[in-house]
Amino acid sequence: MSTQAVHPSNWRKRISEGWEAIARRRWLMPVILAIGFLLSFLIPQFNLINPYIQLIVMYIGINIILTTSLNLINGYMGEFSVGHAGFMAVGAYISALLTMNVIPTNLSVMLFPVTVILGGIGAALIGLLVAIPSFKTRGDYLAIVTLAFNMIVKSVIENIDAFGGPRGIPGIDKLTTLPWVFFWTVLAVWMIRNFVYSNYGRGVLSIREDEIASDLMSVNTRQVKMLAFMISSFFAGVAGALFAHLLQFISPRVFDILKSTDILIMVYLGGIGSIAGSVLGATIFTILLEVLRPLGYFRFVLMPLLLIFLMLYRPQGILGLREFRWFIPGYELLASKIWRQKKEAPDAPAG
Amino acid sequence: MTYFLQQSLNALQLGSIYALIALGYTMVYGILTMINFAHGDLFMVGAFFCFITASVLKLPFVPTMVISMVGVALLGVVIERVAYRPLRQAPRVSAVITALAVGILLESVMLVIFPYPQSVPILLPAISWTIGGVTVSLLQIIIILLSLGLMLLLDFIVRRTMVGMAMRAISWDKTIVPLMGVPLNLVISVTFALGTGLGAAAGVMYSQAFPVIDPYMGVLIGWKAFISAVVGGIGNIRGAMIGGFILGGVEIMVAAFLPSTYRDFVAFTLLLALLIFRPYGILGRPRPQKV
Amino acid sequence: MLLQAKGVTHYFGGLCAVSDFNLDLEEGELVGVIGPNGAGKTTVFNLITGVYKATKGSILLENIELVGKRSNQITSMGIARTFQNIRLFRELSVLDNVRIAAFNQVHYNPIEALFHLGRFSKEEQRNIGSALDLLAVFKMEDYADETSKNLPYGLQRRLEIARAMATRPKVLLLDEPAAGINPNEIVKLMEFIQWIRKEFALTIILIEHQMRLVMTICERIKVLDFGATIAEGVPTEIQKNPKVLEAYLGEGGDL
Repeated sequence: MSTQAVHPSNWRKRISEGWEAIARRRWLMPVILAIGFLLSFLIPQFNLINPYIQLIVMYIGINIILTTSLNLINGYMGEFSVGHAGFMAVGAYISALLTMNVIPTNLSVMLFPVTVILGGIGAALIGLLVAIPSFKTRGDYLAIVTLAFNMIVKSVIENIDAFGGPRGIPGIDKLTTLPWVFFWTVLAVWMIRNFVYSNYGRGVLSIREDEIASDLMSVNTRQVKMLAFMISSFFAGVAGALFAHLLQFISPRVFDILKSTDILIMVYLGGIGSIAGSVLGATIFTILLEVLRPLGYFRFVLMPLLLIFLMLYRPQGILGLREFRWFIPGYELLASKIWRQKKEAPDAPAG
Repeated sequence: MTYFLQQSLNALQLGSIYALIALGYTMVYGILTMINFAHGDLFMVGAFFCFITASVLKLPFVPTMVISMVGVALLGVVIERVAYRPLRQAPRVSAVITALAVGILLESVMLVIFPYPQSVPILLPAISWTIGGVTVSLLQIIIILLSLGLMLLLDFIVRRTMVGMAMRAISWDKTIVPLMGVPLNLVISVTFALGTGLGAAAGVMYSQAFPVIDPYMGVLIGWKAFISAVVGGIGNIRGAMIGGFILGGVEIMVAAFLPSTYRDFVAFTLLLALLIFRPYGILGRPRPQKV
Repeated sequence: MLLQAKGVTHYFGGLCAVSDFNLDLEEGELVGVIGPNGAGKTTVFNLITGVYKATKGSILLENIELVGKRSNQITSMGIARTFQNIRLFRELSVLDNVRIAAFNQVHYNPIEALFHLGRFSKEEQRNIGSALDLLAVFKMEDYADETSKNLPYGLQRRLEIARAMATRPKVLLLDEPAAGINPNEIVKLMEFIQWIRKEFALTIILIEHQMRLVMTICERIKVLDFGATIAEGVPTEIQKNPKVLEAYLGEGGDL
């Protein structure tokens, strides 16, 4: 055993070195995910964990999907989308109506992924509509546009009896299970992360930094915006579908501006422009909301206070603009290194 | 014909209320280029002040109105000082999110204090006259006249007083004007006080016309008033007044001929169409961006 | 004829910012545009690059009309620019700034991006490699991971030019490249501009206030005042032109 004096700075260095060592073992993440997936089957099967906690975990998963998808628009692209619940509503209603009215009962479990995907696609098409005003407007105006969309979606649903009107749709089959939530959460986080670390993702960042300069540097900002909005709303729709089949009841009031604000809180709490931040924000917020339940209405006072506090003192959020090393694709971290090796010793094999 | 006149009267009443609230939005936007999303909730607080003053303190109409206006004006000034002023230099996202959060905070606080909808005592005698088939109530007359009076007063303040001139100057250039000796923070506080005071007046009047109030009443009405401000050209005071009456008219006419659930849908679609095709509204001017 | 502007006029509301601007630019030329502040020089750049759509007139790049096209299309066609006040992607790294400018040279579709499949790996590596190569040409490869807003001013300017070069332009529009540069470093800047012109086979239009720079390296100069072209010619002619002297009214130091 080393007899080196245990200095506080030594600890930090040793921890970060250890962390580096783990991060370098890139095979660890897929293994952890596989174990997680297995657990997600075993836990409900054998009731290894209190069903109430399982429910909370599922809500955390759904919120992670919502937060990460909104972060793409608000955090990475620096836009003002404040009506995210509208896309959630589209996905929820499409999937619920399919399950209740279209799909025969014996097939509903098997076709659940299809209903979820269709909910997402519906939401994505609406997202495309929202993208169009974003070409010309920014800032406050886009906030209004997105909120107007949210209100319009809510209004349309309320007015159509076939959608259950203001009373909503009760008695939806509980098709959302822990494995499904796990699957969709991982898929959403993975795909959004992939998108961010791609050509289009860099385009998204450049739009945030300076949209006009971005256009002038050959970035097709329209295409990038359309893609970003579609992907973001697709996953919001997926979250909505999962939500509908978990809560088993949806109504227009569930998807109003209060819900959109909840999602905003999660994004800005966890950190803008950070996948890890989204996961963190969603987790903290969901747990906090449950823990504070005994306070009754008072927790709805604490939530906006928290948001105001964040905006005043840490507007970028807890993990704002920083990323968990494991979420960054390997080649991004190593690319510079490989290039330099090649330059120094052109005949040596690349890392 | 009488139906049309009756509805026109209703439209004037509704439009007056929208216009008063819209003025608050437009004044704040004009001076700070910021949309105070909490404004609709301050309207709601005004209605609750009216409730408390009327039912607990048992005061008549005029003191109730004054107390509500002053109380909410103070609240507006405090909110500006605590939540918005520190963010004047911050990126716009922060200000927007903060404004939304303040609104939700107001709703939640009122919800904690008043978990159930409340009935507001009627402070005006329920007199009405029928002229040629059209029923006109004292309340309607008072709402319309009082609103017009307040709007004219505001117009006077903005165009004929030093404070008003300072407000207009600041809305053109926020950095230079303080260098000329204008007390920026004071003028901004006055702007907030005026805007929110008017919103409170609207709240009081609304609660007399529709005496059941709840903490979420400000959300939808706030949005409608905001749409009015945008229709008229956000930042433009005359525009806010015109926009309020236009929206009131559109809404009543829609409700008269279509199922009433379509009211909101039409209002928001109008907003969307405007934002896409003429974002600066009727009286607004486009502001080109410098590259 | 590489770039042509014919009768380009632009109004902002009632104000005429540019009136009847004409240009015949051959391949390989280095042309300067000068004039007092507010003369409309940057507006001309904005019109060429599609930031504004010219009210009247036409701009042709290799005989293809540019007016009405979007900025990213115009840049992809081969016109790049820098800005008066540096407009880097400040929070992003030096490397990312350059990588982004190569947006159109990365060939994979959104599905491949969402799943990191197919052509993704190869194109990403190529994108990183070319960006680093380009940075090396500008001697900035060691700054690759540095956040661009942290760079010293001179390097930020150099990065902006490197970023513009990543779009593989035929024409480069430089907007006051000497702004904020030490007067004794002007010589280095002049050599730098001549060097990139040769290295990348560029045609350059230059807006500048530093007369020494303009008169030394520009082959031709256009002078604007209040949106109108008041003089055009070789440096020696411009220096003696009374209209030019009058427009500057003694400003700009020695011509």
